[in-house]
Amino acid sequence: VRPRGLWPIAATLLGGTLLLFLFLPLLGLALSTGWRDFLLGLDHPLVWPALRLSLFTTTISLAIVLAFGTPLAWILSRSRGRIVRAMETLVQLPVVIPPAVAGVAMLLAFGRQSTLARWFFPEGFAFSFTTVAVIMAEVFVSAPFYVQAAGSAFRRVDENLLLVARTLGAGPFRVFARVALPLAAPGLVAGAAMSWARSLGEFGATLMFAGNLSGRTQTLPLAIYSALEADLRAAQALALLLVGVAFALLLVVRAGARGASDPTGAS
Amino acid sequence: MRRSCDFPDQDGVKLDADGIKKASRRGTTSGMRGLWMALCLVAACQKPAKTQEITVFAASSLRESFAAIGKAYETAHPGTKVVLQLAGSQELRTQLEHGARADVFASADQKHMAALEAAELVGPSRLFARNELVVVVRRGSAVGSFAELPDAGKIVLGAAEVPVGRYADQVLAKAGTDFRDRVVAHVVSREPNVRQVLAKVTLGEADAAIVYRTDARVAGLDAIEIPPETNVIAEYPIATTGAAGQAFVELVTSPEGQRILAAHGFVPVPSASR
Repeated sequence: VRPRGLWPIAATLLGGTLLLFLFLPLLGLALSTGWRDFLLGLDHPLVWPALRLSLFTTTISLAIVLAFGTPLAWILSRSRGRIVRAMETLVQLPVVIPPAVAGVAMLLAFGRQSTLARWFFPEGFAFSFTTVAVIMAEVFVSAPFYVQAAGSAFRRVDENLLLVARTLGAGPFRVFARVALPLAAPGLVAGAAMSWARSLGEFGATLMFAGNLSGRTQTLPLAIYSALEADLRAAQALALLLVGVAFALLLVVRAGARGASDPTGAS
Repeated sequence: MRRSCDFPDQDGVKLDADGIKKASRRGTTSGMRGLWMALCLVAACQKPAKTQEITVFAASSLRESFAAIGKAYETAHPGTKVVLQLAGSQELRTQLEHGARADVFASADQKHMAALEAAELVGPSRLFARNELVVVVRRGSAVGSFAELPDAGKIVLGAAEVPVGRYADQVLAKAGTDFRDRVVAHVVSREPNVRQVLAKVTLGEADAAIVYRTDARVAGLDAIEIPPETNVIAEYPIATTGAAGQAFVELVTSPEGQRILAAHGFVPVPSASR
């Protein structure tokens, strides 16, 4: 009995400790923010412009990620070449780059002093410190999550089904749109949700590349950062709001993942 | 006031380094509390440094002058290392309010110092320097006077909670509503400390900013004067957060410390040395 009994106990203890550590901050946030504090905090002048801006920019960045990321994921999942493998790695780079590095890089690449900007806009126009910069930062950090998820969803699509569709006379676009897309849909939805969550939480690159101005470039995470130094209650209320949104997203992701592994959806 | 080792519910059990014993005597044995205590122990078990360290929390604008004063302090107190933590005063204040350990706090305005004094997180403060606000513009900008500030395409200011941002708001309020509105229409970002404001101009991303005279000097930018009737004077108070910081505060307010500050462009406060 003893040799069998030790490992499960140790595993439960170690795993449980990590679980507790992950859960405690969220519990602390919820416990230290009463309903009254929450409602009063939401009344802070920083809150609504930030919420509006976050919803607006993340919706647009998600649309961009879907429109450009889906074809990219399709190409990457259908080809086997060495160049494609290299491209796959390149697409994943923004995931491992620290957001602060992304901010500096974007500032230098798209800022007013960049060669690119001087080339296209000799009059001195630049994307930096505009709402467009917020969207650019969000696309930069969130697109890899979607491309990754969509790529693996497309790879799971049975090659034979695509071949059958081709032999029945469907063109490449028809095969993609009518066969591959519906089959991969649950995985795509999960990827889109992950990507949206990442752009909703984007902080570092936005602060450096887009600045911090209420109503124009101050998204929810930036508002939390600013509010922490002015009105802790507003920071707590905003943080709780984001936790709520994130939790709802997670449920969508889980539902999508369940759908993806469900064989009945694919036959 | 909440210290770093307070348990996040509000039952008033304080578990700071020497409070751990007290709490365990009360027999609180829930798993979460145990974990909390373990975390506190880890935090408290930092190795004692061979050389003594004093930690100085200082406003961003004090970067160079306090580095020089720190050197002078290390020379005068061999075996002691001065660790500078530089950030916006509002950020340092928030850190102190949430349990950060420091020996000295030097703020770029009286507001954040007063809040910490009221909370008894610092000792009584002393004014040690003054600074003026100026306009800096990016190289090649057409803006040549304060009156032309609204002509700058992109203006960057400190956030409203940051001392330099609050001072800038005061300057703009004194300059009249019409002028202020024309400037505000061009503000593209409100940054978390004065050096971030400055960086946007030195990078050329912003055309103009309101910073301290000492910052313009550090960046090698020409300072455009703000008319005296419109300008405000920044006041820098300093206070200890523990007995270990006393000697550093003495040095800052001594004739030597005042000389170093003056050499970096600050306006010394003669009464500081007393």
